[in-house]
Amino acid sequence: MKNGFVYDPICGIDGEKMDIAVRDGKIVQSVNERRAKKIDASGMIVMPGGVDIHCHIAGSEVNAGRLLRPEDHFKDFERRTPVTRSGVGHSIPSTFTTGYRYARMGYTTIMNPSMPPLEAKHTHEELSDTPMVDKASYPLLGDWWFVLEYLSAGNIEECARHVAWLMNSTKGYAIKIVNPGGLEAWGFGHNVKGLDDEVPNFCITPREIIRGLCKVNKLLNLPHTIHVHTNNLGKPGNYSTTLETMKSVEDLAVENKPAIHITHCQFSAFKGDDWRTVESGAEEIANYVNNHSHVTMDMGQVIFADTTTMTADGPFQFGLYGLTGNKWVNHDVETETSAGIVPFRYRRKSYVHAIQWSIGLELALLIKDPWKIFMTTDHPNGGPFTAYPRIMAWLMSQRAREATLKRINPRARARSLLPSIDRELSFYEIATVTRAGQSKALGLKEKGNLGIGADADIAVYNVNPELIDPSRKYKSVRKAFRRAAYTIKGGNIVAKDGEILRHVDGSTMWLDLQVSEPAAMTDEMKRRFKEYWTVEFENYPVSEDYLKTSRPISVKAGV
Amino acid sequence: MIELVPLRQFRFPIMAECISPDVFQGKTTAEIEALNVWEGNKQKKLSDLFRIEINTPDQQESCTIRISGDVSKVRRIGSRMKGGEIIIKGDVGMHLGEEMKGGKIAAQGNVAAWAGSMMKGGTIEIHGNSGDYLGAPYRGSTKGMHGGNITVYGNVGTEAGAHMRKGTIKIYGNAGQFAGFRMHGGTIYIQKNCDDRVGACMTGGKIVVAGDLGSVLPTFTIDSIKAKVKIEGEENVEGPFYLFLGDLAESGNGKLYVSKGKNSHLSHYERFL
Repeated sequence: MKNGFVYDPICGIDGEKMDIAVRDGKIVQSVNERRAKKIDASGMIVMPGGVDIHCHIAGSEVNAGRLLRPEDHFKDFERRTPVTRSGVGHSIPSTFTTGYRYARMGYTTIMNPSMPPLEAKHTHEELSDTPMVDKASYPLLGDWWFVLEYLSAGNIEECARHVAWLMNSTKGYAIKIVNPGGLEAWGFGHNVKGLDDEVPNFCITPREIIRGLCKVNKLLNLPHTIHVHTNNLGKPGNYSTTLETMKSVEDLAVENKPAIHITHCQFSAFKGDDWRTVESGAEEIANYVNNHSHVTMDMGQVIFADTTTMTADGPFQFGLYGLTGNKWVNHDVETETSAGIVPFRYRRKSYVHAIQWSIGLELALLIKDPWKIFMTTDHPNGGPFTAYPRIMAWLMSQRAREATLKRINPRARARSLLPSIDRELSFYEIATVTRAGQSKALGLKEKGNLGIGADADIAVYNVNPELIDPSRKYKSVRKAFRRAAYTIKGGNIVAKDGEILRHVDGSTMWLDLQVSEPAAMTDEMKRRFKEYWTVEFENYPVSEDYLKTSRPISVKAGV
Repeated sequence: MIELVPLRQFRFPIMAECISPDVFQGKTTAEIEALNVWEGNKQKKLSDLFRIEINTPDQQESCTIRISGDVSKVRRIGSRMKGGEIIIKGDVGMHLGEEMKGGKIAAQGNVAAWAGSMMKGGTIEIHGNSGDYLGAPYRGSTKGMHGGNITVYGNVGTEAGAHMRKGTIKIYGNAGQFAGFRMHGGTIYIQKNCDDRVGACMTGGKIVVAGDLGSVLPTFTIDSIKAKVKIEGEENVEGPFYLFLGDLAESGNGKLYVSKGKNSHLSHYERFL
């Protein structure tokens, strides 16, 4: 790859004109130039392949969303080509189309953030069918019975061994916590209202769950932190819950390393007493994050479009159903978690939606360190991932923000902090929020960078940083990010100018946790599996041969 | 006038959204013949399926298309049309006049499901029977009819006018179940008999049943007896009619008029007045 302007924040390369050499799917120091295939990237930007830390692309929930929305397929479909398969879907594309669309934008690593352990097999089946990208999945553990029991007994080490068993059994990558305690309560038609509200039947509070799993995370040496969807998500005034959640693990951080990831923070940053008085709590959250080093978060940016909301947060989705009167799926995943799906349209002219749009961008711009906040839409909750180039344009250009501000609800415009923020992200910072920061937070050493030995996942965008000022010409930047000039996955050119040239499978990453002593599987546990689960204990684990392309990541746990 | 005559009996579904006055307007015969359509999984030229004749070269703003023959396998005729006229002398396939905004379609035979689906304006006249989902949105969608007129002289299937917001549907025959399902506005008039569950989940709009109706959903409440009902403009239908309001399960405020004379079995509602 010759003469591109390279942006590689992990290696500290900021727009330097240089060559990148690739051999056998890895970045190397140099190759034999006469024999190697050369790509001329002069006048173009070269970045590591994109990494998405939070994107619902597979699993029973996503699939239920597909079933729920034939009208979403109807308006967006792709024809078969000699290389690609056909597919449908705008906000919830079918698996193959998801892979192709990511590859077109130069993304090569995707994290599927919500996997009920019971649905792990289904999730991995779909992930195996999602080509072009490497992927991993986070099992939902915040409401897992045995975890709650171990934690309420204060038995962190045994809990850690149990989590290690579950991580291996579900082929998961990180601990996902959704509305801790609330989902268990939702099984009985209730919810928890704050961090210190007791979970019914378990004598434990959300605070104890978060702290406990944070300790477990540290004991197991997991590469990512706990991945938290806060309590009270999507409710006015919830920014204080978010602040408290971050504070609750302040003392558990070591050496200024992150201890908690607050996901789709936009949905957890509302101030105000009700929907009429709701306003942005981004400033308070940004202040906290700017002064503390134990938090990373992602935006969960809202796009003005028709989309499908889906979370494991059943009570939140019920509220959304009441708000919209739209169709609704409510799902109770046996003893494990809940789930809800509601189609949703974010409208420019709606006060609340416009405020939400503003909050996401305020968070990204007010948090000074781009290594702490990453770009996501919480696809498909805030909008489809195909809208990422639009968010990049908003982040890089005040003009782009003003152009949208002009068209939103006037009351929201008056209350938005955006007109007072003149920060514009550089290409280097964009590379941080879209790949480097995400890969660092995930502990993926071979992703999100172009250092020697890293995977040869490279994105080339046809925009010349010397000639184009992204602040003024945001439209050409947006266009360039929409269709990567080249997407290189594992050393192969898979997409060129937005056209898929080659089908590659992409591997499923999972943590192979080495514990010194296996988790105690008592007869009592097995009895309960028999009694409460539809899947037998013996059939529960996902074996490695179930994954089409398995890529275990060995981690030595501290228990 | 542009005339299309099917060259043979079609066996596979044909997607022909190009058969629309807006597309044909200003094109020569050769250009029209070269338009692409899908027959099953094969892409074909329009001339592979139809004989095309331009009778009088149209110099006006909009043109008229006449289809003579059975096109019951041909879907999406007049899709998204904005003006002009389509006359069909025969049976027609699904999605006739889908998302149309203006102009007129007259079908002399029977019409399959989803006629006038998601339409915003214009007129559809159906002289035979119509299939299910007349004027209803695509599966899963809530964007019902937003305007325009549909008149059916025969019977219609189920879920006529589902999710309707504006416009008028007049049915001079019988209607199937769930007429006006989840309707928000507009008017549906059914001259003859109507199957059950009419107006289920409706939140607004008006449904008039001038014939026999098996039963009214329990989530409707009787409001009064009206001597006549206004359908469209100055057009009135003489009653008397029971006026029901509902669907209360959706906190709805839709109006359901049911003929008193034809429905003596509903007279027990009168004691609630």
